[in-house]
Amino acid sequence: MHLLEFLRPPQEAAKQSGPQDKIVLSSRVRLARNLSGSPFPGWAKKPERIRACEAIRTAVQELPEMQGAFAESMDALSGLDKQILVERHLVSREHAAKGTGSGLVLSKDESLCVMINEEDHLRMQSLKPGLQLHEAWQTIDTLDTRLENRLTYAFSPELGYLTACPTNVGTGMRVSAMLHLPGLVLAEQINQVVQAVNKLGLAVRGLYGEGTEALGNIFQISNQMTLGETETVIVERLSKVVAQIIEHEENARGTLLEKKPKVVFNHIGRAYGILANAHSISSKEAMNLLSLLRIGLDLGLFPGTARSLVDELTILTQPAHLQARYSEKLSAEERDIRRADMMREALRTVNRPVIPPDTAEPLDKPPPA
Amino acid sequence: MLCMVCKQQEATVHLTQVVEGKIKKLDLCEACSKAKGVDDPTGFSLADLLMGLGASQEIAQAASSGESSCPTCGFTQADFKKSGRLGCPDCYRAFSDGLEALLKTMHKGHQHVGKAPGSLAGQTQTQSRTPGRSPEDRLQALQRSLEEAIKVENYEEAARIRDEIKALKVPNGGAVTA
Repeated sequence: MHLLEFLRPPQEAAKQSGPQDKIVLSSRVRLARNLSGSPFPGWAKKPERIRACEAIRTAVQELPEMQGAFAESMDALSGLDKQILVERHLVSREHAAKGTGSGLVLSKDESLCVMINEEDHLRMQSLKPGLQLHEAWQTIDTLDTRLENRLTYAFSPELGYLTACPTNVGTGMRVSAMLHLPGLVLAEQINQVVQAVNKLGLAVRGLYGEGTEALGNIFQISNQMTLGETETVIVERLSKVVAQIIEHEENARGTLLEKKPKVVFNHIGRAYGILANAHSISSKEAMNLLSLLRIGLDLGLFPGTARSLVDELTILTQPAHLQARYSEKLSAEERDIRRADMMREALRTVNRPVIPPDTAEPLDKPPPA
Repeated sequence: MLCMVCKQQEATVHLTQVVEGKIKKLDLCEACSKAKGVDDPTGFSLADLLMGLGASQEIAQAASSGESSCPTCGFTQADFKKSGRLGCPDCYRAFSDGLEALLKTMHKGHQHVGKAPGSLAGQTQTQSRTPGRSPEDRLQALQRSLEEAIKVENYEEAARIRDEIKALKVPNGGAVTA
């Protein structure tokens, strides 16, 4: 089956929901594992890589949770397919660059994904909508335990699971949550939050590093350290930190609405104006404006419109997803035009933002005498 | 200023991140920043990059002691210095002397206390017959880390390990999953 037939259509993918999904877009737990007595993929020769890949793929496909899964060798996927997998956050960019001797097994519901011969022999991840870090850990823990009955992992009692990069040794686990934090960005509090999170030994990812805006106000928070703590302690700490960030984000939104409603409505109104009327728009601008539309939806300014519309557009307007809709190869300029066409069409039925009556006239001062 | 990766092109992408209270800086040329995925917001962490670059000092140190190559896979210190990655599981033993210091700077501790193969940790409580790490072993490992933390007067760490030991001693086998 071709990848595009296997993957859920964006409309459906955007509809999945989970706890706290207003702010937490997704939760993910990834485990790194390697086969004992076998060189790591980066150092292995091609025949060794192919052999390891075959053995792992067979073992993974036999798992009960992988019945009806999509399994493919990376060299059998086109560049566009790989880019779509990256845009859906199913494989890493590094893995998308791999070819012969690397593979992928993706469960039917797309919540479990095993990358074979990325940096490590196995990179398995559980992806869940909303804030479900514990659940994601339990799911991947079960898969890992089932798999270890079929494969012999490289493990040392002192250092735990041995990984190609010493940053992952120990649990081999990376727990992360993807957060939408426009309130903290608009209130200019994001710097402090990022710094505080960094102090706890957690990483905040985003194009512009610490202290600046990330694309679409989306931030990914994850643990850095993998040795010297149990999995549950790491998951627990990250959950607590995420819960606090949610609280800060909600407070920031509340304060902004109270103190600077015009600033908030201005941003959202302009975002709507551009998205509904532009004839050419870049992926980056679209992401940033869709983020503002999303907060507008959260604040109830677009009654009758579901939040999933924004999530769907966020998926659809990424470069590879956009390209996949057309048979001919589009240039970046052509993509910008098609993207804008799609936005205008999608927002045709969405009315202008409605400003709540109690905030519409906050300046209820008596007229000057 | 030259790019820290290729050391040939002028660095035009400058990144700063505070990691654990320490400022880490990175200067890259455009081509290398793209190659390293720095232009991609979804998959970028300075810390990951630093493993191959900024941490080069620590890696160099790690690579300068111990054996020069891994007897199992032939991976050398120079290879590690270049890539920040190891060749095979046995490399951890071959380069253990230098790696120890590197692991200390990167992680909370230097003794694994998490899941082990065969232990079915976090799911079932039937751990006795399987060859993996028993809760007793884990407890011992934690106890050792605790003593060490106290020795170096790292009380914050010690308190954390104490809590972990406490959690492990709970009757349900230490599963603290919610």
